[in-house]
Amino acid sequence: MTQGDAEPIRLPMAELQVAKAADRQFQLPKEPPTEDYRKLLFELEAAGEIEVLRVPEPFVEVDTKFGRKKKVPLENTWHHKSCGQCGHIPGYSTSIFWLNREFGFNYHDPREQTSCTAWNYYASSTSNPAAQAAVACRNFAQAKLDGYFPLIHCGTSYGHYKEVRAQLLHHPELRNQVRKILARLNLPFVFPEEIVHYSEWVHVMREKIAERQVRDFSSITVTVHPACHYHKLVVEDAIYDADLYDGQRTAIVSGVVTALGAKVADYSTWHDCCGFGFRHILVSRDFSRSFATIRKIERMKEEADPDVTLTHDTGCVTTLDKSQFSTQAHNRNVGIPVMSDAQFAALSMGAHPYLVCQLHWHGVDMKPLLEQMGIDHEKAWKEFEEVADKLEKSPESYLTWEEV
Amino acid sequence: MNPIYKDARYTEVPYEEKLKLFDAVKSDMRYPHELHGCYECGICVAACPSARFFDFSPRVFAQTMAREDVHSFYELLNDNVWDCSQCFSCTCCPRQNNPGGIITIMREVAVNDGLQSAKDALQAYSRIIYKVMSTGTQVSPDMLQPDFFPDWGPDVRDVSLNLDVWRRAIPPETMHTVELAWDVSEKTRLELYMIWKLTGNLEMIENVDEGLYMILEEVMEELLEEHGYDIDDFDNILED
Repeated sequence: MTQGDAEPIRLPMAELQVAKAADRQFQLPKEPPTEDYRKLLFELEAAGEIEVLRVPEPFVEVDTKFGRKKKVPLENTWHHKSCGQCGHIPGYSTSIFWLNREFGFNYHDPREQTSCTAWNYYASSTSNPAAQAAVACRNFAQAKLDGYFPLIHCGTSYGHYKEVRAQLLHHPELRNQVRKILARLNLPFVFPEEIVHYSEWVHVMREKIAERQVRDFSSITVTVHPACHYHKLVVEDAIYDADLYDGQRTAIVSGVVTALGAKVADYSTWHDCCGFGFRHILVSRDFSRSFATIRKIERMKEEADPDVTLTHDTGCVTTLDKSQFSTQAHNRNVGIPVMSDAQFAALSMGAHPYLVCQLHWHGVDMKPLLEQMGIDHEKAWKEFEEVADKLEKSPESYLTWEEV
Repeated sequence: MNPIYKDARYTEVPYEEKLKLFDAVKSDMRYPHELHGCYECGICVAACPSARFFDFSPRVFAQTMAREDVHSFYELLNDNVWDCSQCFSCTCCPRQNNPGGIITIMREVAVNDGLQSAKDALQAYSRIIYKVMSTGTQVSPDMLQPDFFPDWGPDVRDVSLNLDVWRRAIPPETMHTVELAWDVSEKTRLELYMIWKLTGNLEMIENVDEGLYMILEEVMEELLEEHGYDIDDFDNILED
């Protein structure tokens, strides 16, 4: 037999029907590859080492990355505020509180709270694990004393506290150090059953928010930027949903956008960081600006041309928003308004764009977006200016919740 | 032991000095969780924002530590470690490495050792350290000054000009503040100062910025004394 007469060799693989990527269905592993932190927490509690702060009822259970269920409390929450949100984008935190108030939920906005101090930790490393764990546990102890469950506003606090949790669970010497410190402060050693981010609260409330929606968002196209410290720093705990991105990307933010009838548009650098950099955003912003605009904003513009970009963390809103101004001088293709999911949700329910959402603290022009939402921004700004004039004449007075 | 590269830097620094710092990183309790070997696949580099704009590679950190290349470690510690964005995108590693976590430890070692490169990297950052350590909130509304953020556009100027009134035009009662992100109670700041003292954080600051250390020590001493405490009564418990 010559070579030309040979029967073609049929390898077994040639018989396999390989599905196209688009037709494949993602399946979770039968057993999560990670340890169950709650089991370890309860074991430490049973051994008398720590007290576990239970998620109060009512709560909603949601799926996390590897299919475990996570409890997200609806109320009786201790609002662990974010320094970047409260300091530079105050409409972010205000919108979270406003949503809670609209639903009549009991919550506490404490003065006995420090920042997690992790922005500084990741920027300068002028701290150590014992200090970071003590700062976290001091806040948690205060939440217990106040009778509430911590709801974390900042993505970095959320990620860092998960990191602290892993260190405490695995290192008895660290637990001993923290125990000694808390004893000096006369505080109990408690750790919450779940680390819960406010955007998870927004996610589980999305249908309720949609029921109260008064503004039509159906013409609005949104790109979503997920915060690195939400779903990468410690991958456990982040919310995933089989109906969103086939369960392969976190469902956070995209879930509420979909529930409110707006369109989520995909883009190729969805997984990329915003460029915040912790140290960079404050003292080396040429990097932050370049990354935010070239890798994120321009990609979104070219591939999705959204009306707004939504994210769910302090640094991401700041970096994506503020980086756009100066890059216009370089004729970069920028100009996308940036806000948080909480502000977007609040606007859908009729919140005032300036008195509640405080959009005048943001950089990119929001007016076209507000018009698309059916908001008379000129009238709204006049209302804000009237309030500001009144406050200017009365230095001891403040805008109250009742007035908004 | 000599460096293995012809273009090696810091050849004047004794090997023992480099090894001391390398061992400090390796002996950190977090280290075994951060490095499990490296395929050199480069997925971490593809995901890394800093790799796109700096001469920086998370893979090089993982490789250098895995190979125990003490000389290259010292170069990274001085020349590259502060470029990392600490976003932890590199945790997509198929071997569950965390190069960003290795870098967090390396930075702490650099600060504890008072390396000049760490001092240089943090020079402009001192006011932020002061703010977070003394108030418990890292950034505050009064930082929004046009001369500090000229690239952020005219809204920074508007905020700065109207700061007092605009802060009072925010409904939550805790946020009518200018020098702090929110109103942190005195009791809470006191507790925070105790934590910094008990964990040796002020000593870390002293290593990189003596002036800042002295200011912080004074601020904390004042509040502690007001409440009947002696600042020297809070020895670093980590040294026990």
